[in-house]
Amino acid sequence: MSSLSRSRLGRGILLHLFLTPLALIWLFPLWMMVVFSTMPDNGIFSPGIELLPHDGFLDNFNNLQRDTNFVGAIGISVCVAVTYTVLSVLLTSMAGWALARYEFHGKGIVVAIILGTITLPYAVVLIPQFIMVARDFQLANTWIALIVPPLFNSLGVLFMRQAFSMMPAELFDAARVEGVKEWRIFLFVALPLARSMLAALAIILFLASWNNYLWPLLINSQPGAMTAPVALGTLIGLTKVSWGGIMAGAVMLTLPMLVVFVLLQRHFIAGIAAGAVK
Amino acid sequence: MAAVTLTNVVKRFGVLEVVHGANIDIADGEFVVFVGPSGCGKSTLLRMVAGLEDISGGEIAIGGKLVNDVEPADRGIAMVFQSYALYPHMTVEQNLSFGLRMNGNPKADTERRVSRAAEILRIDELMQRRPKQLSGGQRQRVAIGRAIVREPQVFLFDEPLSNLDAELRVQMRVEISRLHKELGTTMIYVTHDQTEAMTLADRIVVLKAGNVEQIGAPLDLYDDPVNRFVAGFIGSPKMNFLGAKVVETSNSAATIELVNHGGARLRKPLCESLPTVGAEVVLGVRPEHFCEKGEGDCDIAIKADVAEHLGSVSYVYANAGPEELIIEREASRQRASGDHFTVSIKAERCLLFDKAGARIR
Repeated sequence: MSSLSRSRLGRGILLHLFLTPLALIWLFPLWMMVVFSTMPDNGIFSPGIELLPHDGFLDNFNNLQRDTNFVGAIGISVCVAVTYTVLSVLLTSMAGWALARYEFHGKGIVVAIILGTITLPYAVVLIPQFIMVARDFQLANTWIALIVPPLFNSLGVLFMRQAFSMMPAELFDAARVEGVKEWRIFLFVALPLARSMLAALAIILFLASWNNYLWPLLINSQPGAMTAPVALGTLIGLTKVSWGGIMAGAVMLTLPMLVVFVLLQRHFIAGIAAGAVK
Repeated sequence: MAAVTLTNVVKRFGVLEVVHGANIDIADGEFVVFVGPSGCGKSTLLRMVAGLEDISGGEIAIGGKLVNDVEPADRGIAMVFQSYALYPHMTVEQNLSFGLRMNGNPKADTERRVSRAAEILRIDELMQRRPKQLSGGQRQRVAIGRAIVREPQVFLFDEPLSNLDAELRVQMRVEISRLHKELGTTMIYVTHDQTEAMTLADRIVVLKAGNVEQIGAPLDLYDDPVNRFVAGFIGSPKMNFLGAKVVETSNSAATIELVNHGGARLRKPLCESLPTVGAEVVLGVRPEHFCEKGEGDCDIAIKADVAEHLGSVSYVYANAGPEELIIEREASRQRASGDHFTVSIKAERCLLFDKAGARIR
């Protein structure tokens, strides 16, 4: 073995020695979530720490389903997240396209305002948004209230603006000379070229909607119409908390995200990297 | 096919004026090359003809029709870009047909045009490949094919060969020339490479800092440049400029003294107004116009710094005071670095410029 190979092997071992404990620390809560989801409530708080799953997952899930109609809530969550993701990707990419590719008066101000909204804490926006949607528009407990207010994602707009700015302008000039209409250039040239960024954005937006708890809790908390995280939250009562059920629900909520991430991770990584390297 | 007329065309970016009233008439079917150094406004001018840049003043007409406010697609032009601008997610066939499909052109006609372009450019076998699977030359052919399928009145080329290696550039140059003969369409071609301009153009437009310096046939520009800039820009290697002073004028001729060559004198016949005695002037001599000692009207002694031997000819680089001279020598008269030798200048083969760079005829 050459000295170069030995040095590479040594560096690899050192790196693994450093990263493996970090990975275990990161994975441990997830593993414990799976373990707790298979244990009865009284078992979870037993003095000894259990590290291996039991066989009580179905019992916990049945209790969860009985108390919250969790499958129905997941269905609502899927519908909300998918609709939100599709609409938000479309909206943010259109806004990003306009800001990246067109010159118009006040463009700098628009970008500054969008940047400014990122710095606002969500808590500042939440109450005015609630008053506007629930009191002024009378939209409480509707799907529109769940989906529309968070649709405009300023980070997504800037993300897509960056993606479109990095594309060579000559591509779009070529299409313009060929007489292709602007919306077709966006749809058939720009969007396909930005698919890595779009995939990354879609995952981020889907995750944001899927995990969103506070806004759906405020605006849509009627029984039978709740999203999954809100439904799960109802298990935390004043006198009793059904931890087994909550953990089983948490496992159910985590699985779809894992599937989505595994399916799109190639695009996701490419999309994130595309923003980092010109 | 169509003529293109630019009348007092001005382009400003904010307060910065980059094209200062260009007047150019391009005849139907003519191949015109815009040439000039980087930043001279040649690409901006082309993009204004294409409609990709608004014009700040003046008029552009294509086929006799004013197109100042006409969309690029409605000007009857097709453009080939420096970076090829091929859609990377489409096959060659889709790239060629994209514009036609998007505009609802009948399928049969689209197929006919694509097949014709593929046949002209010999890219039939590449139709199902994507741009990343093509070489630079093949990509450039596809880019030209995309222009051909539009069956335009005017082709616009924006430095289309800049990204190719030297050999491929020569090959594509010939192909573009062949294409022009085959299609007979008006072509406007932008380049900073004067060799491309000389070999391709029916007429060349030389630009400098947003001004049209001279318009003419390649050999007219070579033989009869209007100023020092054009004289230096056209011709490769570039013309030598020797500092001189007028010492005598008489009988439609000026006698000048080369200030960096030991006072060597040359009597230059002139047909227009004579310069004043004592005026500083510049003598322009092309590398290929130096002759052997005693064969010309003025001999100058040279010490070769570097000699480049290209086979048929050699180029000798020599420094004489602040002037660097390039001298072309036949292969049989090669000189090595460090050699001392004498060359001669013929009065009728050199040009005279005043201090500001204007030609003295």
